[in-house]
Amino acid sequence: MAAATSMMPVFGHQISPKNDLVPDWTRQEVSTGTTIMAVEYDGGVVIGADSRTTTGAYIANRVTDKLTPIHDRIFCCRSGSAADTQAIADVVTYQLGFHSIELDEPPLVETAANLFKASCYRYREELMAGILVAGWDRRKAGQVYCVPIGGMLVRQPVAVGGSGSSYIYGFMDSNYKPGMSKEQCLELTSAALTLAMERDGSSGGVVRLASISEDGVERRVILGNQLTKFSTH
Amino acid sequence: MALANVLEIPAAGFSFENAPRNAALEGLLDGVQTPKPLKTGTTIAGLVFKDGVVLGADTRATSGEVVADKMCAKIHYISPNIYCCGAGTAADTEKTTDLLSSNLAIFSLNSGRNPRVVMAVNILQDMLYRYHGQIGASLILGGVDCTGNHLYTVGPYGSVNKVPYLAMGSGDLAALGILEDGFKPDLELEEAKELVRASIHAGIMSDLGSGNNIDICVITRKGVDYIRPYQESQYKDSRKLKYKYRPGTTPILTEKVVPLKLEVVHETVQQMDSA
Repeated sequence: MAAATSMMPVFGHQISPKNDLVPDWTRQEVSTGTTIMAVEYDGGVVIGADSRTTTGAYIANRVTDKLTPIHDRIFCCRSGSAADTQAIADVVTYQLGFHSIELDEPPLVETAANLFKASCYRYREELMAGILVAGWDRRKAGQVYCVPIGGMLVRQPVAVGGSGSSYIYGFMDSNYKPGMSKEQCLELTSAALTLAMERDGSSGGVVRLASISEDGVERRVILGNQLTKFSTH
Repeated sequence: MALANVLEIPAAGFSFENAPRNAALEGLLDGVQTPKPLKTGTTIAGLVFKDGVVLGADTRATSGEVVADKMCAKIHYISPNIYCCGAGTAADTEKTTDLLSSNLAIFSLNSGRNPRVVMAVNILQDMLYRYHGQIGASLILGGVDCTGNHLYTVGPYGSVNKVPYLAMGSGDLAALGILEDGFKPDLELEEAKELVRASIHAGIMSDLGSGNNIDICVITRKGVDYIRPYQESQYKDSRKLKYKYRPGTTPILTEKVVPLKLEVVHETVQQMDSA
């Protein structure tokens, strides 16, 4: 259901005759070619991401944290250009914080998602940002909203994003069932991310997971050697 | 909105009017590329150790294929507790770090506090993101403040990474290899200095754009130790001869004087009546 995601061409057009002396990764913008995922369960959401940030073919940061807190119970998963997504996340954090203080109430996830959409849509020509907004609020409990490149906004029970997401749509469609528990969601997310990281060159490193509910946020990291091993290799 | 037929004085700063056109051109024509931030020759590295942060850099500044400065300072002062290594376009890193340093000095005077490393990072990120990569500065910021020891890197497009160790510049792959192999959390001071020195040395040996001496800057709660140079290049040369010539070195064999014939032209000035 997500709009066609034209991913940052991290391997694409760099093969050019002029590039022999200076490797192309020195001149590429930093991209979070990535895999991100968010799942709703009854009582909250589970979000996950890989940890690789690339500049062309070079891994600029192998332990990136792409799960960015926007508010106490609202997180966003960032994919696309690192600079753009960091800037948008900063702007929305400020706007949401201000709004929440004005209302004297914790903000709604839908509000955060709409703030992301507003920025991503208005500046769609200049930005390269695909974001998943996920969190818990009192009105609708756990929610996941997808704001892909271009600035669409849609609520989904499960959403994936980033360059590695193409490899796990099938896995996600066949393994997600409504009414899963938090532990099942964590298993599903970590398995999906592992599979995507195996196949996508721009995703890798460790798996970062977080679960958000009324009681708070629990974060964990699954290191490379602790990931589930699948049978094709 | 300005009218199309009224002359507009261009605003100060970078103009991005041509950015969409350039992007379209890049797509249409093969091989046409808009200029990207240049990574000129440098190896810089930094790591967090038990008592603070160690930053290291080589000292070569290149201008094309020629070494422009053999002893340039790539570790810039930001505030008493924060220093910054700069890679990329030398002018950009100089000016950006100067601007940051001035802003933080004003903040310190206004608030009576030492600036925190996150402040410096946020200011840099804002500025570099606003300029969309036109300012070619890749910076490693390290410092010690009341919240601990921090090392951040800011890229030319405005992306920030908080890391325990890092290398940047054209020699970064070699330097990072040494750092990846030798880094452990909570190193002692001498080990940390030696590791940074070894990583810059690897960058110098493996990259043509890096060379000459190695500078090290150690920042701890107690203060800053800026050791310049920490290690001198073993390939220094000394000039064997003097290249000044005394008058009379070239003997004069003959002298011939030829007067120039000048034509004297009669000159009159006539005043014009302006009607």
